[in-house]
Amino acid sequence: MSSALSAPTSAQEPGGAPSGFEADRRADSVGGTARAYVDRVRGGDLGALPAILGIVALGLLFFALRPETFLTPRNMANLADQAAPIIILAMGLVFVLLLGEIDLSAGVVSGVCAAVMAKLLADAGAPWYVSVVAAVLTGVVIGLFTGSLVGLIGIPSFVVTLALFLGWQGFTLRLIGEGGTVPVRDPVISAISDRNVPVTLGWILALVVIALYAALQLNRWRTQKAKGLAHSPLAVVLIRIGVIAAVVLLVTAVLSVDRAPATGVVLAGIPYAVPLVILLLLFLTFVLGRTSFGRHVYAVGGNAEAARRAGIDVTRIKVSVFVIGSSLAAISGIVAAARLGSVAPGSGGGNTLLYAVGAAVIGGTSLFGGRGRVRDAVLGGLVVAIIANGLGLLGTEAYLNFIITGGVLLLAASVDALARRRAAATGH
Amino acid sequence: MSAPTGRPEDGTPTPELQPTLELRGVDKSFGAIQVLHGVTMKVYPGQVTALVGDNGAGKSTLIKSIAGIHAIDAGEILFEGRAVSISGPRDAAALGIEIVYQDLALADNLDVVQNMFLGRERKNGILLDEVSMEQAARDTLSKLSVRTLKSVRQLVSSLSGGQRQTVAIAKAVLWESKLVVLDEPTAALGVAQTRQVLDLVRRLADTGHAVVFISHNMVDVFEIADRVAALYLGRMAADIPIAEVNRSQVIELITAGRSGDIGIAPADVAAVEV
Repeated sequence: MSSALSAPTSAQEPGGAPSGFEADRRADSVGGTARAYVDRVRGGDLGALPAILGIVALGLLFFALRPETFLTPRNMANLADQAAPIIILAMGLVFVLLLGEIDLSAGVVSGVCAAVMAKLLADAGAPWYVSVVAAVLTGVVIGLFTGSLVGLIGIPSFVVTLALFLGWQGFTLRLIGEGGTVPVRDPVISAISDRNVPVTLGWILALVVIALYAALQLNRWRTQKAKGLAHSPLAVVLIRIGVIAAVVLLVTAVLSVDRAPATGVVLAGIPYAVPLVILLLLFLTFVLGRTSFGRHVYAVGGNAEAARRAGIDVTRIKVSVFVIGSSLAAISGIVAAARLGSVAPGSGGGNTLLYAVGAAVIGGTSLFGGRGRVRDAVLGGLVVAIIANGLGLLGTEAYLNFIITGGVLLLAASVDALARRRAAATGH
Repeated sequence: MSAPTGRPEDGTPTPELQPTLELRGVDKSFGAIQVLHGVTMKVYPGQVTALVGDNGAGKSTLIKSIAGIHAIDAGEILFEGRAVSISGPRDAAALGIEIVYQDLALADNLDVVQNMFLGRERKNGILLDEVSMEQAARDTLSKLSVRTLKSVRQLVSSLSGGQRQTVAIAKAVLWESKLVVLDEPTAALGVAQTRQVLDLVRRLADTGHAVVFISHNMVDVFEIADRVAALYLGRMAADIPIAEVNRSQVIELITAGRSGDIGIAPADVAAVEV
């Protein structure tokens, strides 16, 4: 029997007997980090890789096919406006997908909420902030309803939201009336997609975002190193900061170019939809990554039974992800209404949901639950928006548009399923 | 965690040693079927008590009663000498009872630290306190001399079966538990990994924990247990220092409820079997 009572402590002398946690004790080299990343990808954890490759490949493809229009500042601003509602809807779906659930009604919920806002603005003459709050509250209530049916009663979310997909369309139709549209002319709401951040302010915001990101990353690295915790090598942290800075500066530069079609007018600056998406990205990433609520969402998605035994209220988590999903659907509906200038009975129908689910999955969020990040919605949403935008520039016929977009979603889902099988096989 | 408590060579507890857990005359029925009949058992700090018994003997019911999942019908549960009523998993955890279930209950998509603190995260305001959690997780693993993990930030999905078992056990220890119940921790493991886990179970006792170790494997039982408690058809056939019995006697206790002078009185055995 091994009853050596040499009470081991955490302070192992370096160079002594193997003490475990080797990977935690030394800062890995850059090469080591790169090798670990390649291993992860081969093991099926693709992360953001497909989305980034997709953005680059599609960008090159459409630039080759439409060199005079695709990469122009005007089209880039247009692309940002086009992507924003998809990205915001997809952010909500990331939360739902993290639990391995699905919300097929998210698209039409965005329509209902936009209709509530539009009716309040147009018919009741309510100020914009009242209408926006009412629209978001509508989303919260809808999410509570959906979440309760799934979490409390235990109906599969697929069935609940399929039924609600139909039901909420009827609701929007009743609100707006057959064949009608409700215009959205409030200057503040329209500004989300019509107006741009002044160029100087845009540059200041860009620099603030970069500085904040760098400070947070470096501070974290320093704390981890000082306390002897697992940490990436400094070079990798610096490369990460450099890439983010380059992307932010490039986007700001492109959008700060005057893109007015006629001379004599100046049209430049970042569309307000972009800072809105960035704010949501930061806030929701914080919620998922740094709070116990976010941790519990991952745990329930990974192993609901383990979460339950650990004392996590699984039902509460289920209901809350549907509330988050529907609230973000409401915001997405508002942004879409601002862009189109009106709300129609079909708002949020059609391929709205498909685009958003596609965005989340292309970005790297798993349909099987437990894996996904908020940034997936942004990267995947850009891929989807580039496809829609590029096909529009090519003047592709509607039928081909549907087939191509559907095909891309299937491709993304296959990558997800294969990655999962690969992960199971290699033990990653 | 207290200093290693008395573990004399012959396995007999010193007279003044107080059992961490003591069951007295515990009965439990499900409907018309009585599963536990007056079960009496003592679990001492610093010792591994092997709980053995055939399938259906009542081992699972017994540990679920200790875990607060089943309420007992009659009898007493004493924890550190005080009579307690355990009416839910939270009560058990509050007393310092941790159960490591056979299917482990770890979330594959989280890393080792995140799993060890699952549901009881340390916070700094609303922020998760990752620094203190990572340090505490590593300290606990080091105290248990776990040297097989490369990083505490590894995802659990990348761990071997033995490493998962190790993490599940370390998770139980993290909470300053006094009694750790392990439900067949070596059942699905290979030779080398079984070795790791058995060493860990031994160290758990050596660091002062009272350990209940459920196993069907007599080699494992005789290697690490200090006491053996044999259940036979819902009755405690014997709860004795392991030095007083040999392997074939334990197997007899499991299969017949009696071996020589030890076990349920012949008349009772007959009554049980009727």
